[in-house]
Amino acid sequence: MKPASFDYFDPESVEEVLDLLHQHGDEAKILAGGQSLGPLLNMRLSTPQIIVDINRVTDLEYYNSDDTGLKVGAMTRQSTLEDDNNLKNIQPLLAASIPYIGHRSIRNRGTVGGSVAHADPAAEWPAIMLTLDGTVLIRNSTSSRTVDASDFYLSALTTDLKSDEMLVEIQIPSWAKTSGWSFVEFSRRHGDFAVLGVATHLTIENRQCTKSRIAIIGGGPIPIRTRKAESMLTGETISDELLKEAAEQASKEIDPDSDMHASAEYRHHLASVLVSTALRKAADRADEQGGK
Amino acid sequence: MVQDTKHTSNKTRLVKLTVNGVAYERVVEPRLTLVDFIRGELGITGTHVGCEHGVCGACTVIFDGYPVRSCIMLAVQAHSHSVQTVESMSTGDQLHPIQQAFWENFGLQCGFCTPGFLLTVQDLLSRNPDPTDTEIREELSGNICRCTGYQSIIAAVKQAAIYMRKEE
Ligand SMILES: Cc1cc2nc3c(=O)[nH]c(=O)nc-3n(C[C@H](O)[C@H](O)[C@H](O)COP(=O)(O)OP(=O)(O)OC[C@H]3O[C@@H](n4cnc5c(N)ncnc54)[C@H](O)[C@@H]3O)c2cc1C
Ligand code: FES
Ligand code: FES
Repeated sequence: MKPASFDYFDPESVEEVLDLLHQHGDEAKILAGGQSLGPLLNMRLSTPQIIVDINRVTDLEYYNSDDTGLKVGAMTRQSTLEDDNNLKNIQPLLAASIPYIGHRSIRNRGTVGGSVAHADPAAEWPAIMLTLDGTVLIRNSTSSRTVDASDFYLSALTTDLKSDEMLVEIQIPSWAKTSGWSFVEFSRRHGDFAVLGVATHLTIENRQCTKSRIAIIGGGPIPIRTRKAESMLTGETISDELLKEAAEQASKEIDPDSDMHASAEYRHHLASVLVSTALRKAADRADEQGGK
Repeated sequence: MVQDTKHTSNKTRLVKLTVNGVAYERVVEPRLTLVDFIRGELGITGTHVGCEHGVCGACTVIFDGYPVRSCIMLAVQAHSHSVQTVESMSTGDQLHPIQQAFWENFGLQCGFCTPGFLLTVQDLLSRNPDPTDTEIREELSGNICRCTGYQSIIAAVKQAAIYMRKEE
């Protein structure tokens, strides 16, 4: 058999999951969609003694939105969001990014909580969370806490989650009416992890940029918000030249590795091109929303 | 239903499920993957195993109506669920229209990848009965074929779409 042996639990409630994590801590691993953990188990790169399968915790399969924003339960499958035609009206950046996650059969199983918690440096969800000022709701058996996405990602595949904690919900605040967005990604084939990807969000009021977010995936061990580039835009009037300069700056703020898909140098170059494209699109969309 | 699984320990579990409409019951170790269960325990060998880490699509099965990769699911996760494999497509000697189209268009050579392609195409055409070339390529980008070079598979899918629309 491929995976090393483990004890298996498949509780039906969040409380039971948290009790198990409390009892077993470091030895236990949560199994959500299994689209990242499954391969790791098969290759025995991960050999937990205990698997806590949360697929029966149907209470965590939900999403809802109101004036304050969007909330998504951790066990919501990617394809559930993908199939909601109304999602593009609620959160267009999210709706546009989800089809980039792997393939349909991956999205049928893969969960929002799993993607956010797994923290793959090339995954789409972490960039979406950073760009949209998302927060994660985390629980253990005694308490709960909320963490900003920008404080959640610590290093490659590592987040602020402790071994007795579970991510239960992600929250995305609603944005200003005159916001524009863009998600662009370069990969060798559709569905592959990104060689590099960029998510942006600009709010423009009376021609002035009042908020800017730029997040890059595939540009280092964690998804990166290029804050210096962001601050070059905030408070300014958008021009082609300024967007280009910001894109140049953004490409300096990443720290990519060379691997078989691309060299670090190429990724730097790709970042300046993709950020520039993404910012232009976001600015145009903000203008269409009346930001002009 | 869940009680059934609890009467065994956390080291072995009873799995009751239906595969292609037939009910089965086996006691297995939780670490057994669904594809090894279907092939090894049940002896239903149409589903193929390639990469065993979710990348090639050969092991695709339909789980409660949706395509999934059975090499990165555990057999115990299929307890009280229903699975369909490529064997569910044809009836006796009568090929499914998608199989017919693959046959006519040389959509396979060695056939290793074919079970995964057929079920993925079945799902694609159920959601999108008249896909463009680009859509077909995108949807099939998760299935790897080392023989055909894909052109003949694209042709087969277009033909299959026509057959399926006629059937309706
Ligand atoms: C071929 C292939 C291509 C892929 N391509 C992409 C891609 O392009 N982009 C992309 O973003 N992803 C891609 N993925 C990964 C996929 O999106 C995974 O589904 C996702 O990264 C993890 O979600 P999951 O629900 O499957 O989590 P699992 O694999 O079950 O878990 C992943 C990790 O997160 C932990 N975890 C899960 N849920 C929780 C929770 N609620 N609280 C705390 N910890 C939790 C687990 O313990 C584990 O460590 C791909 C996967 C495959 C196999
Ligand atoms: S064998 Fe399952 S995806 Fe390759
Ligand atoms: S026909 Fe041989 S791998 Fe596809």
